[in-house]
Amino acid sequence: MSPWLPILMAVPVVGAIVVALLPKGSDKLAKQVTLLVSLLVLVLTGVMAAGFDPGGERFQFKAEYDWIPSFGVKFGVGVDGVALVLIALSVVLVPIVVLASWHDADGVKTADGTLITPKRSVKTYFSLLLVLETMMIGVFAATDIFLFYVFFEAMLIPMYFMIGSYGGAQRSYAAVKFLLYSLFGGLLMLVAVIGLYVVAGSKTFMFPELVGVIQDPAMQKWLFAGFFIAFAIKAPLWPVHTWLPDAAAQAPAGAAVLLVGVLDKVGTFGMLRFCLELFPDAAKAFTMPIVVLAVISIIYGAIVAIGQTDMKRLIAYTSISHFGFIVLGVFAMSSVAQSGAALYMVNHGFATGALFLAAGFLIARRGSPFLGDYGGVQKVAPVLAGFFLVAGLAGLSLPGLSSFVSEFMVMIGSYSSQAHGSGALSVAAIVSAVAVILAAVYILWMIQRTMNGPTAEPVKAFKDLNAREIWVLAPLVALIIGFGFFPKPLLDVINPSVQQTLTNVKVPTSTIAEKGTGQ
Amino acid sequence: MNDVIQAPTIEYGTLAPLLVVFGAACIGVLIEAFAPRYLRKSFHVPLTLLSLAGAFALVLVQTLRGQVSTTPSAMGAVAVDGPSLFIWGVILILSFVCVLLINDEGHFVASAASVPGSSDEEEAEAHDNGTGHTEVYPLVLFAVGGMLLFPAAHDLLMMFVALEVMSLPLYLLCGLARRRRLLSQEASMKYFLLGAFSSAFFLYGTAMIYGFAGTVSLPGINQAMAAGNTLDPLLLIGFAMLGVGLLFKIGAAPFQAWKPDVYQGAPTPITALMASGTLVAAFGAVLRVFWVGLGNLDWNWRPVIWGVAALTMVVGSILAITQTEIKRMLAYSSIAHAGFLLVGVLATYGSAEQNAVSLKAILFYLAVYGITTVGAFAVLTLVRDPGGEAGHLSRWAGLGKRAPVLSGVFAFFLLAFAGIPLTSGFFGKYAVFAAALNSGTQPGDSMGGWMAGLVVVGVVASAIAAFFYVRVIVLMFFNEPAADGPAVAAPSMGTVAVIAVSLLVTVGVGLYPESVLGVANDAASSLFIR
Repeated sequence: MSPWLPILMAVPVVGAIVVALLPKGSDKLAKQVTLLVSLLVLVLTGVMAAGFDPGGERFQFKAEYDWIPSFGVKFGVGVDGVALVLIALSVVLVPIVVLASWHDADGVKTADGTLITPKRSVKTYFSLLLVLETMMIGVFAATDIFLFYVFFEAMLIPMYFMIGSYGGAQRSYAAVKFLLYSLFGGLLMLVAVIGLYVVAGSKTFMFPELVGVIQDPAMQKWLFAGFFIAFAIKAPLWPVHTWLPDAAAQAPAGAAVLLVGVLDKVGTFGMLRFCLELFPDAAKAFTMPIVVLAVISIIYGAIVAIGQTDMKRLIAYTSISHFGFIVLGVFAMSSVAQSGAALYMVNHGFATGALFLAAGFLIARRGSPFLGDYGGVQKVAPVLAGFFLVAGLAGLSLPGLSSFVSEFMVMIGSYSSQAHGSGALSVAAIVSAVAVILAAVYILWMIQRTMNGPTAEPVKAFKDLNAREIWVLAPLVALIIGFGFFPKPLLDVINPSVQQTLTNVKVPTSTIAEKGTGQ
Repeated sequence: MNDVIQAPTIEYGTLAPLLVVFGAACIGVLIEAFAPRYLRKSFHVPLTLLSLAGAFALVLVQTLRGQVSTTPSAMGAVAVDGPSLFIWGVILILSFVCVLLINDEGHFVASAASVPGSSDEEEAEAHDNGTGHTEVYPLVLFAVGGMLLFPAAHDLLMMFVALEVMSLPLYLLCGLARRRRLLSQEASMKYFLLGAFSSAFFLYGTAMIYGFAGTVSLPGINQAMAAGNTLDPLLLIGFAMLGVGLLFKIGAAPFQAWKPDVYQGAPTPITALMASGTLVAAFGAVLRVFWVGLGNLDWNWRPVIWGVAALTMVVGSILAITQTEIKRMLAYSSIAHAGFLLVGVLATYGSAEQNAVSLKAILFYLAVYGITTVGAFAVLTLVRDPGGEAGHLSRWAGLGKRAPVLSGVFAFFLLAFAGIPLTSGFFGKYAVFAAALNSGTQPGDSMGGWMAGLVVVGVVASAIAAFFYVRVIVLMFFNEPAADGPAVAAPSMGTVAVIAVSLLVTVGVGLYPESVLGVANDAASSLFIR
């Protein structure tokens, strides 16, 4: 029994209660408390992560308490390598988002004083953010599948209010669409969760005890489908992706970062952990259809992104393309591709987070998300333009930046995967390589249209980034560059748990043997 | 031949909760007859609350002493078994909180006999201080007594008597709203006519079954089926008619049409009582009839109930979307929930263990759904227009800005109805769905795949239902308030207590469901007396 994870989950929620109970008019204090709490969680996570032994047993920092004995449900938490890096990603992003959203609820004004969003409750926003942090940690840490499901569904609610109350003009439409899509997927998963419990008959929801229990192939397929549809909506995969551009475009930039950077990762994380390990035969049987969907997502997301005129929608569509890569990596059934996919989840969080935030700062200055309203920002705000450029290049996976490593690993891993005969996945890898070129088009075009060219008249009044905004973007860019050159610390943590996944899926050892370093 | 008539044995101790409620109701009638008008309310309120609390205490005493009877009482007419006691406890708590709502002024008409809009009405209103008819209290007590007896009745005749004792006061209470009286009277009339019709079905069904079995006792009927021909037309027609009568009371499709009209027209505290207490009682009776009385006929009734459950869930969820009146919307929501509960009824199949699992699920669901419902209706009473409660949904726009706490609480109740995790509603839904899937694995069940299909229908209906709950949240929080929006009345102590208790239970059970599940488990493990 290790108290680490329960403490990590308790700190933000206690913080949220404190923030919510602050007296009226203490908006500034609320922000400071939130920042302090999120930094405290970051430090605690750092200390905990330092004690993680990559060579040790799979789940570490385990804790188990009885929760609902009548249903056989335990409050069971513990992390393996993949879960640990995703928790780290979440707790790094939260303080950054707090800083970035500092004035979001105050009523956003443009340089010339027009109000974009009216003043709203600051305390509510930041306590929702902290509640969300608890749930993000919980969903990755849960080793009890029922507990995982509870967080999986419950975390929709704070995000729903963040989009619906604090977002742009179409916010209530976007928020409802987001909630209903996710809820529908989640309910199908609920049936599968119950089915798993009933069919396994072992009166427990603990993940390690359920691995390999379901043997009947037909039953595996049904249950797999229940889990997979929920995760595919969450990730999101074509053709159930349509909620994401709306939600991400309407959400305030900070919430969009958490939505795309962390919440959507629950989908790919769930595929890697639950779909593969609980239902290995079904996963193998469905590999090809899923790979096809992934490749369509990769290409479709990239092409549609090129056509977008709204910056936040554009970034959302690039994410659909990137999620396609992650899903491809997960189902390529080779250790290189899966490690790459897990690494991609983290890197995508940093890269897309930086891009959303930089775009958010840009939009806050002009009051318009449309590319056509900008031009020549580089001349008036060089620092902003510089950060925007690095974030954009990370989005197109430039070598030397972190996303390159993961994208390369996914492609190499899929190309050489033997999972479905030698040829099938190689074709998928080759086709998805086209997206690398498309990525260059959408990113560079966006940068060209906003940053270069003649300076548009309203842009001339732009101020460059202030100290707070630099503090938001600098850590992300540092992480992007740092992990671009030196991904080893992440991979060392990820690799053993991916190996464990593949062992549980019973992929032939020859595939596991060609273990890559990812360099 | 011995001509001495034996006096019936009555287990007064076991039946004490019933006797207390009925006794208090009779005293209430005497108060109406003899106490001066200005004193009546101050007699009624303590009498009603104390009798409900006393009955609850008696239920507790029986439970805690561990002497839950295993044989029917009162010459086989009433079965006070574990599930009965649980249902009694729940009904008594729910009616206690509803009475706190009823105490509030301004819900009930001053003179029901006066024509709406007439000078008589004006005169009557000038003379009362907003209290309205005080007959409400004894009527409520009689209704509650009927609710207690209904699920505990061990033969069909006793069940019919209980049904009428429960329903007649409710018909009357529905017509006593102080505002929008025509709507209220229409609701009362509709409820009475349709209710009488369904009672007739019930009674006719009872007669048919008596023709088949030669007895109205539930276990007797079951034994007759084990011995006789289960395809006897008398039995099948009788069972179908009995089913109509019972399904009408829970508002299952296609017998749901009365619910929206009645819920909308009735005074809101009475709606709360019907939506919680009556539903609990009726489900208790449904369980007893189908499980005890028709246990040997499950090959026949399960496919029918399958269809009714699926239809009820779908109809309730889809029609709710089109509603623009908040009480009508909650009525359709209640229909959908009746469908979810029927899924649990269907799961009472196979081994005793499985029976206990699904019984536990239903009991738990009823308890948590009932208390959340009362809380939601209590919130409705506070949001007021000049002409009464602000019923139209559009009036709720932007309420989150005007009354953030109240709207937040209401939003939480709606999320509980929608079954979002970390609310009590989620665990209720989970419990019945889990029981249903589990019943599919019972040996010899030919409906295994069908049960899984029903659960899928259930989750799809839940997703649809989530839409209209969420729509209200959107209105309250994401829309700008209207310029002349409704006022939020300052709540009385009673209403605050009702909302606080409902919120505490909804949150508390959402975080730690074992608290109620454990009790439901103990109650269900002894099963109904068969």
